Amino acid sequence: MPEPRPIELVCPAGALPSLKAAVDNGADCVYTGLKDNTNARNFGGLNFDDKSLREGIRYARERGVKVLLAVNTYPQGASWQRWTAAIDKAADLGVFAVILADPGLMQYAQRTHPQLRLHLSVQGSATNYEAINFYHEHFGVQRAVLPRVLALAQIEQVIRNTPIEIEVFGYGALCVMVEGRCALSSYVTGDSPNVSGVCSPARAVRWEQSADGLESRLDGVLIDRFGPGEKAGYPTLCKGRFEVEGETYYAIEEPTSLNTVELLPRLIDMGVRAVKIEGRQRSPAYVAQVTRVWRDAIDAALRDADGFEVRADWTAELRKLSEGQMHTLGAYYRPWK
Amino acid sequence: MQIALGPLLYYWTRERVFSFYEGIARSPVDIVYLGEGVCARRHELRLPDWLEIAGMLRAAGKQTVLSSQALIEAESDLNHLRRLVAEDGHLVEANDFGAVRLLSEAKRPFVAGPYLNVFNTPTLAKIASLGATRWVAPIEMSGAVLSDLQASRPAGMQTEVFVFGRLPLAFSARCFTARHFNLQKDTCAFKCESYPEGLELRTRDGKPFLNLNGTQTQSILTYDLIREVDEMRETGVDVLRISPQAEHTAEVIAAFASRIAPPPDSHARTALPAGAHPAGWCNGFWHGKAGLARIEAAREEAVQ
Repeated sequence: MPEPRPIELVCPAGALPSLKAAVDNGADCVYTGLKDNTNARNFGGLNFDDKSLREGIRYARERGVKVLLAVNTYPQGASWQRWTAAIDKAADLGVFAVILADPGLMQYAQRTHPQLRLHLSVQGSATNYEAINFYHEHFGVQRAVLPRVLALAQIEQVIRNTPIEIEVFGYGALCVMVEGRCALSSYVTGDSPNVSGVCSPARAVRWEQSADGLESRLDGVLIDRFGPGEKAGYPTLCKGRFEVEGETYYAIEEPTSLNTVELLPRLIDMGVRAVKIEGRQRSPAYVAQVTRVWRDAIDAALRDADGFEVRADWTAELRKLSEGQMHTLGAYYRPWK
Repeated sequence: MQIALGPLLYYWTRERVFSFYEGIARSPVDIVYLGEGVCARRHELRLPDWLEIAGMLRAAGKQTVLSSQALIEAESDLNHLRRLVAEDGHLVEANDFGAVRLLSEAKRPFVAGPYLNVFNTPTLAKIASLGATRWVAPIEMSGAVLSDLQASRPAGMQTEVFVFGRLPLAFSARCFTARHFNLQKDTCAFKCESYPEGLELRTRDGKPFLNLNGTQTQSILTYDLIREVDEMRETGVDVLRISPQAEHTAEVIAAFASRIAPPPDSHARTALPAGAHPAGWCNGFWHGKAGLARIEAAREEAVQ
């Protein structure tokens, strides 16, 4: 195994080809999910079964890369065993860590598989060090993924006051709402990230050409309408155009992607332990390209933090891949709020 | 069953808040949650003001609970939380696990708020072991799932359900009211004070959809489980939470009170006031559907 790097690059894998693409292009960790609602990317045709997960772990291990399994939805009612079975499987197959949000499930994992490393999912909504330290003290959680709501100074404050590792989002689709604290999708469709592992699910989407333009609806609710020549994006419900006091605009958030590559030296300097790329629902080609750019950027920042400059070809490459081809620093940049 | 008034989610003037709670003191509510839980920038009332209101309500025989903020980001937010935890003699509603940590360390009993995402028996048992004496079900939880959970709930744990008001659907670091005025949160000019019931967001075909309340996003429809009260009683729900609205809150409390303990003459039952649902109502979450769904059948049956 190579020396652990000061900041890990954590890349998404919706299936085996993406896992291999991430491994081959310089990921330090790859995160995955099973083919059911135990994880927050419960999309048709996505995710791993026993065989592909076993193969993925073998492939990654031989190349010194860790595999994580997200079991980060909240189990409800009679289906509790599906979640504990996912934890058992993770332990049996030898994943490096499981990414959890539910305290009951963390307790199960800690008691049943004391050797299994636990990461706190972004769905756990821990936005301050008192909350993060709660999960550490009670369940032995060793790393927390921060919701995309904190400014840089706030992240630094968290790191100074917790003994555990902090992982932040670096790139990909942007949740405007605090993860784990958003029921917008279930309000409209009955399914949400917390309970079903989906947001604005594809099964609820309808496209209709009307006299006013191309309309995107989510279970009947009009999310946006596009004129000729306007690029029509996926109707994620917080990224539509709505009317407030007679003005029509992106009232919640533009269809934009988070991109923090320019912050890398700061993140490393603060002691952020890992940077996460969103996008288990994206293609192997996407995973390969984003991983490659971020690998190069991290290596450059580690070589020479003071001389670090965002290369034009990185920005061009990432812009091609992002939602709406727009980038934002999100909450890391305080005025975004 | 008891009736609780949830924390005030909107930003009102100090005079309006005091006058509102004077009315509440005269209403048949049993428990009142107090404090600013939405945005740390709101400052019309400080902790001593909330404590003064708590004193007035207690003198009127109400139980009072201090609610902690749902989204705690800055050290100043944590300091405010520490002051709440230090208020001996007040029950605190914990709305994130930072609050749970501080309250359990201080060996203080607490209410586990709706944003803790308590969805299953092991999690409920865990928070009971840490000192929770009451928990508020997540708004997304259906009656059927709640009913299963009730069967295995820890001894001494009370269950509270959000039964009336605009649903608090999401929290963000961003303020959407400030955004409407092209302002940043840090220099927001407290625009939310001009919207005592929130700022209506419509779809492009003109249908009311959401309600912007600063950093919180609510449903524009009023969630209303008044006809499901009997079902909740059978499920063993102890407390019904009504969320403060700009108008008619005391009348809504009276209607629920009349539903819980119906007068012998059914014609004397207090109905919900006209205007209780300014943009319509919904009850989908309880029935395991999309939250905005309106399940008429259950209501028709219950009306009999």
